[in-house]
Amino acid sequence: MASTWKELLVILISSSLVSNVVLSQFLGLCPFLGVSKKVETAAGMGTAVIFVITLASAVAGVIYRFILVPFDITYLQTIVFILVIAALVQFVEMVLKKFMPGLYVALGVYLPLITTNCAVLGVALKNVQKQYGILASVVNGFATAAGFTVAIVILAGIREKMEYNDVPQSFKGMPIVLVTAGLMAIAFCGFAGLLRG
Amino acid sequence: MNQNSAGERLYNGIIKENPTLVLMLGMCPTLAVTTSAINGLGMGLTTMVVLALSNAIISLLRNIIPDKVRIPAFIVIIASFVTVVQMVLQAYLPFLYDALGIYIPLIVVNCIILGRAESYASKNPVIPSLFDGIGMGLGFSAALTIIGAVREILGAGEVFGFHFMPESYVPFSIFVLAPGAFFVLAALTAIQNKVRINGEKKGKDMSRIQSGCNSDCAGCSDSGCSRRFYGESKENDTKGEVK
Repeated sequence: MASTWKELLVILISSSLVSNVVLSQFLGLCPFLGVSKKVETAAGMGTAVIFVITLASAVAGVIYRFILVPFDITYLQTIVFILVIAALVQFVEMVLKKFMPGLYVALGVYLPLITTNCAVLGVALKNVQKQYGILASVVNGFATAAGFTVAIVILAGIREKMEYNDVPQSFKGMPIVLVTAGLMAIAFCGFAGLLRG
Repeated sequence: MNQNSAGERLYNGIIKENPTLVLMLGMCPTLAVTTSAINGLGMGLTTMVVLALSNAIISLLRNIIPDKVRIPAFIVIIASFVTVVQMVLQAYLPFLYDALGIYIPLIVVNCIILGRAESYASKNPVIPSLFDGIGMGLGFSAALTIIGAVREILGAGEVFGFHFMPESYVPFSIFVLAPGAFFVLAALTAIQNKVRINGEKKGKDMSRIQSGCNSDCAGCSDSGCSRRFYGESKENDTKGEVK
């Protein structure tokens, strides 16, 4: 399936902003809520997620196209994808450690955390569901992860400011973060009109 | 009560360690599919079937699976059951299959399932493990149905297709959209915090109640979750023995 530039651009915008992976699809909520205390760590997590999801959607796309489809075993996709993703993350970790120690130190802490992050599997499955080709899958993976990064960095920025606010006692901790995320989700609803014009 | 009896397992799953309302696990599907009560119920029951079957099989194989590769082995077992359930749903309940969409295959990465496999099924006989899965699944279904009903009543004025609100009621449609999920969960965790704070004032042990997937659980079915789960149930087990 050949994709034109226009289609790829539409995928890029819709996956990163309009149907944002955390704020409207609810995938990858645990790292979104768990690793968003500081902007710095949030950005690190975001970079690692972009790296892994882009790579995973490429690998999953290739496996689907050249192994599962020719052998007519597409019903095994869930099992295959989850194993491939788990193995891939381990592999990436080893490769980075050996060849790019600088990047490994920067991303190392976050890599094991994304092993089975539901967003990674979610993107791989979505690519199949929407019948994207391999290039479109990679673009979709990158865009989704970029959307995740944007959301988590914004949330971390707000949480840093919120440290100084007087929050009602029972709303301290997780509840106020969820309210913030809800308000961000409303803001992201504003992007819905972006693709109709 | 006997720690491993069927009844105790059901009670434990539904009330004492309710996976959603007490332990706050499996938040991704909880938020995503609770746009209506019927979707919540469907998701809950689907998860329950997977949970009960995978618990039973993992418990059967618990002496065969080598300790070092247990997590991948568990994941393969869980993923197989998810695939089976997905195909059954597609064949017999197509409306539910369409409504839940991508969240059915994503049951694989639901931390409740791997958590129970790791903390309970891999150490206990088959029958209690089966009931543990059913109990946890029922607890999850109950929580999802309640959250779904709240969102549907506020957001659409009806529940299970039954009009609940007077004619003049204008629904807050935001509650069936994405932001509403965050607000409902925020209210839920706030209530939970309140219960915990009140309990602590009275000097009760409230450590069982968690508030949200905190930083120790940064990947949905990452070892963080199961480790937390594992640590807790070990604690509870020893408590049970002392009593």
